[in-house]
Amino acid sequence: MATTTTAETTRRDFLYIATGSVAAVGAAAAAWPFIDQMNPSTAVLALASIEVPLETIQPGQSVTFKFRGHPLFVRRRTPAEIATAKAVPVSDLIDPIARNENLPDDAPATDANREIKPEWLVVSGVCTHLGCTPTAFEGDFGGWLCHCHGSQYDVAGRVRKGPAPQNLAIPVYSFLTPTRIKVG
Amino acid sequence: MSGPSTYVPQTGFTRWLDSRLPLVRFAHDTMLTFPTPRNLNFWYAFGAILTFCLGVQIVTGIVLAMHFDPSANVGAVPGSSLAFDSVESIMRDVNYGWLLRYVHANGASMFFLAVYIHMFRGLYYGSYKAPREVLWILGVIIYLLMVMTAFMGYVLPWGQMSFWAATVITNLFSSLDQITGGLKVGTHVATWLWGGFAVDDPTLNRFFSLHYLLPFIIAAVVGLHIWALHVPGNNNPLGIDVKGPQDTVPFHPYYTAKDAFYVGLFAILFAFLVFFAPDFVGNPDNYIPANPLVTPADIVPEWYLLPFYAMLRSIPQKLIGVLVLGGAIVTLAFIPWLDTSKVRSNRFRPLMKQFFWLFVVDCLVLGYCGSQGVDAAPGGVPLVWVARVGTAYYYGFFWVLMPLIGLIETPKPLPDSIAKSVLGAAQAPAE
Amino acid sequence: MRFALVAGLVFGLAAASPALAANGDPLPLKTPPQGWSFEGPFGTFNRADLQHGFQVYKEVCSACHSLNRVAFHTLSESGGPGFTDAQMKAIAASYHVLAGPNDKGDTVDDKGNPLTRAGTPADTFPPPFPNEQAARTANGGALPPDLSLIVKARNGGPNYVYSILTGFHETLPKGFTVTPNKYFNPYFIGWNISMPPPLSDGQVTFVDGSPNKIADEAFAVVTFLSWASEPHLEDRHRIGVGVMIFLIVLSGLLYLSYRKVWKDEAH
Repeated sequence: MATTTTAETTRRDFLYIATGSVAAVGAAAAAWPFIDQMNPSTAVLALASIEVPLETIQPGQSVTFKFRGHPLFVRRRTPAEIATAKAVPVSDLIDPIARNENLPDDAPATDANREIKPEWLVVSGVCTHLGCTPTAFEGDFGGWLCHCHGSQYDVAGRVRKGPAPQNLAIPVYSFLTPTRIKVG
Repeated sequence: MSGPSTYVPQTGFTRWLDSRLPLVRFAHDTMLTFPTPRNLNFWYAFGAILTFCLGVQIVTGIVLAMHFDPSANVGAVPGSSLAFDSVESIMRDVNYGWLLRYVHANGASMFFLAVYIHMFRGLYYGSYKAPREVLWILGVIIYLLMVMTAFMGYVLPWGQMSFWAATVITNLFSSLDQITGGLKVGTHVATWLWGGFAVDDPTLNRFFSLHYLLPFIIAAVVGLHIWALHVPGNNNPLGIDVKGPQDTVPFHPYYTAKDAFYVGLFAILFAFLVFFAPDFVGNPDNYIPANPLVTPADIVPEWYLLPFYAMLRSIPQKLIGVLVLGGAIVTLAFIPWLDTSKVRSNRFRPLMKQFFWLFVVDCLVLGYCGSQGVDAAPGGVPLVWVARVGTAYYYGFFWVLMPLIGLIETPKPLPDSIAKSVLGAAQAPAE
Repeated sequence: MRFALVAGLVFGLAAASPALAANGDPLPLKTPPQGWSFEGPFGTFNRADLQHGFQVYKEVCSACHSLNRVAFHTLSESGGPGFTDAQMKAIAASYHVLAGPNDKGDTVDDKGNPLTRAGTPADTFPPPFPNEQAARTANGGALPPDLSLIVKARNGGPNYVYSILTGFHETLPKGFTVTPNKYFNPYFIGWNISMPPPLSDGQVTFVDGSPNKIADEAFAVVTFLSWASEPHLEDRHRIGVGVMIFLIVLSGLLYLSYRKVWKDEAH
């Protein structure tokens, strides 16, 4: 190739740099759909939020719903259960944090911080140890027992016996009507 | 030929790597410094364009496969199948799914447009002639793999055309019964292909597996194809051998720049189809879920298979029709030995050049015949007879004209060298 | 609009009358006088037309035709009819979709009707008939096709569906006898269609007082069905314009680079 002066080099290089940059921008823009297609589709997102009817749930009953692919426990607590849960001092708990997505991250795990209305406990049914589904009305605390490794939760879904490290998570939810909640 | 490698590793790391696995040297020698004839024109860009197409199809195919369900069983939508529903879910729910699907479907058409131009270029400039016979045959193998891949891919959405095209083509194998008598080899082959008594869920499942596999086999054969090219080096529009370094330029930056520009133009056409006419080359019947009990009014393959479809339908006898169809592709492998001319490029073959263009027209006419109904007779001319003449010319071009013309034609005088021809561009004969 | 209808009839007659031997070949398709707003590279859907069309589907077509692939949540997504989230949820809730077994394990109520629940945004439009056999029984043996993809599943697309819907009132050509239990429509292959004329003037009343002759109702519902077949059309056109401009600019730069690279070399 012919030798060039600095000025010619600059002119020629600018074109190549410009072309390369435009091509690179195009490649990045073209790459985005390939990455985004793995994100949840609109069909999956439409199920990201569910509405749960509460009319048929009796006091003392716990019903399991499917929410974002996992079990969701909705439990209608009896006055006795509510009193038991409220009587537990936070200092007795393995995990003193409320783990309630409706509240700030550091809210303490008082029973009041574990629900919106005391009668209704809405809690994720995924054991915080390794993800098994605990069984209701089993264990020493009247809540749930996880058969996988023996973790036990009370009637507010708080872990009382390990190896689970955290209380059962409470998802974002709200009451649309006194008998219907929207979760997620 | 490329001569000894001129790569010199510049850093400690590249010296270390080069002595253990000369990958960078390999890339340098084959894609950067490779001496390429300086007179390659637009028609020579389609190798790079094809590589672009293969890459696009593989990448879009892999992400589509993340969402596709290869099951013919009915799902949530009555009268449909999980496969069809999954494609509609890709179109409606998956982020940019509509874009990925349209790119993949139209990409197949663009792939075949490019491969046909590439093949016609090879025919015109005599790129199949010695010492490039193996290169040409590898190309025929790639083409055959492409046809198989595209056929199976079209079946996957499980629309009416998917199902019935699969039925018609797999049924062709049963024609072998005619020559195997009581053994019924044809029926057994068809049953084996179907995994049942007709095209159904097992067929769809295995077509999905093979459709995913074959492109990687294509990629491997493309590697061999490029290797076979690099042994003698590229042919060129003059058809004369490279005489020395004055006839060539290094592949980079000369042909990387030139090919990039042509890939850009190709991408413009591709994008126009995808964004503004995504269903133009497709068939509306494939938006109807497959129904084994209802045959569409006209079963038509995608455009790139139409010439062969016309040949098949022009022969009333099923087995002969199948042999004519298969023979049309197998014939391509014999071309290096059918053409007797000592001159490669049609630029210097005034007689053959005319028959070549007639052959191009013949392929287009056959394609048109394939697109119409079996009984079509526009202006009173039954297309089945046009297809018969077209098929006769197709075979005649390779088996009669190629051997004959080379013997009787007086070629134009060849230039002394590429460099001389290029420098005296005003005197070079027109294409 | 009235003139266009008369002109259409005149042209339809002029086209139909040479076919005195009733050969059943469909007439050339009609195009609505205002054209389709979504055609061409810059085409978009008209929100009002989509909402009118949805109303026509809901009040007329949904009696026989399902829309199985359209989910309620798409009604409020961009590029669509443009309902608000609240409107979309209300529309969804106004439909009854099949519910799973209740706690006792029943799938039907005391009267034997399948259990249903109110629709949610994640649901798709429930079909008018529980299965193909019920649909055929209710429609004299014919199966009204699902409309989710009808515009893409027919040659001529929106013009085909528009021609069918507005083609019932063409004059019967001499010598052509309509098959019993079928209806004359010269835009349908064979001219005998199983669907009775679904639209009539003033059948659907649009809240904003838009015209509601047959052609208007047909235009609206075909616009809606075109969206149902291709809900991402506006995205496709918008991104397509950007991509084309980008590629033309890039190709221009690549061309200049190519010329610069080859400047000093003979070729």
